[in-house]
Amino acid sequence: MSPAATALTVMVAIVAIGTAVGFLAGSRQQMDLEEWAVGGRGFGAALVFLLMAGEIYTTFAFLGVSGWAYSRGGPVLYVLAYLSLAYTASFFILPQLWEVGHRHRMQTQPDFFNARYHNRYLAGFVCVVGILAFIPYLQLQLDGVGIIVSTASFGHIGRVPAMAVATALVIAFVFANGVRAVAWVSVVKDFLMVVAAVAIGVGIPLAHFGGIGAMFAALAQARPQHLTMPGATSNLGHSWYISTVLLTVAGFYMWPHIFSATFTARSADTLRRNAVVMPLYTLTLALVFFAGFATVLILPHLKNGDLALLTVVGRTFPAWFFGVIGGAGALTAMVPAAILILTAATLFAKNLYRPLFAPTMTDQGVARLARAMVVLLGATSFVLAIHGSSTLVSLLLTGYAMVTQCFPGVVLGLYWRRATASGVFLGMIVGVVTAVSLMSAHLDPVGGLNAGFVALCINFVVTVAGSLATPARAAAPLAELT
Amino acid sequence: MKAPSLGSLALGLIPFVAMCFTVPFWDRVQPLIVGLPFNLFWLILWTVLTPCCLWGAYRIERAGKG
Repeated sequence: MSPAATALTVMVAIVAIGTAVGFLAGSRQQMDLEEWAVGGRGFGAALVFLLMAGEIYTTFAFLGVSGWAYSRGGPVLYVLAYLSLAYTASFFILPQLWEVGHRHRMQTQPDFFNARYHNRYLAGFVCVVGILAFIPYLQLQLDGVGIIVSTASFGHIGRVPAMAVATALVIAFVFANGVRAVAWVSVVKDFLMVVAAVAIGVGIPLAHFGGIGAMFAALAQARPQHLTMPGATSNLGHSWYISTVLLTVAGFYMWPHIFSATFTARSADTLRRNAVVMPLYTLTLALVFFAGFATVLILPHLKNGDLALLTVVGRTFPAWFFGVIGGAGALTAMVPAAILILTAATLFAKNLYRPLFAPTMTDQGVARLARAMVVLLGATSFVLAIHGSSTLVSLLLTGYAMVTQCFPGVVLGLYWRRATASGVFLGMIVGVVTAVSLMSAHLDPVGGLNAGFVALCINFVVTVAGSLATPARAAAPLAELT
Repeated sequence: MKAPSLGSLALGLIPFVAMCFTVPFWDRVQPLIVGLPFNLFWLILWTVLTPCCLWGAYRIERAGKG
């Protein structure tokens, strides 16, 4: 067999096994809306760990991080910091959130806003922001599958047909099984990811330099400025690093799917224990950094940094192994894509359409509408991915700048009794408008700071000022929440 | 709902200081430690130390619950 045929066969086999696991899981159970969306609230620590990890170790971690290590250098280190710090912050917020969610049977982020602020327009707006932030994130996953499959087939399969097949598979297994299917596919994917990360992080420096230490010594000699900030960029220095870390830490658990995953935990204590161990999982990410930095000296003139990792894997390993990495990578993109589509569909049906346009709709009706939305959203993001052209990291940071605007409403909602619907609503609108206008005017970073962070600070100020300027609601419903 | 205690919040602040606010002090290549540039080594070190801080915070929260 030719190398391309070998690589593709292995890759298709891995994706097929992963998908089959998804279809088999949970097919024995009848699914109602609650079961379909939050897995019956019965996941133990191990499965929650895998579910969370499956959502976190995305195409961004695999291709985006190595791509930025290659093309930007030092600034990519923010990724290593923000993950650990996001878990640190989650220790102090998610257990409280879980308790409130448990008591009020919340499934989604707008459920929280509705229960805390008693304003369905605010909840609807949170929903719209969540869905908008998902667009670049979904585009990132589909872009990733396109890159992986077309590189692994040595160009025989184009980006677009690869993305089309992946989109169809994602829709099919979400449609059939909901969140439990996704959790089991991520079991397969997580195992492969760890194997892949060790192989590339250790194998690539070993094959080309004789070891990781030798690789960094060579790089420190030849291109020392690439390893620190601002690296190969002119404007991603220390203030950008601090503001980006803070933005992404604040935004991390504001993603509607991570917010929803919180409610699938068995207890608040499960979430605390998860927060303690999760940073250790990011150690595997350091291996992806090694591979990305190694590529700087091996392939100095690539045009597209996002291709760096796969190109160097293709030149270092035999074709069958290239297939394993490609298969793991494709699942890595498809699992989060499935979760994103599932969450966005549930959000749309349950928190936007029903409360604002069809208050009499039954739960069965909502579940049907959510399934229809899965198909529609999958198709829409596929079309957007065909036409997109940003680096994977930039796509993610664009999503973060949007979704983080929910942060003041959540944190102040939990810890500050005086926060009002009007204040939060105003803050979010100003935050979203600021983020979108700065980024569309190409003012990111602005004055050395991440534009999304600047928008978040303004949002905070407006939320606090707006809350103080409007009358607090009656104490009764609020006391019941906090 | 119970807010986290000050002790556990203080432990939670340590990783933020180490990995985020002090970046100008550790963002350099030399000395290479165990073969890694100093900044990368520092972040990996704190990836391991963060669970230690959070474990301490977890103990405090548990004790607080009685």
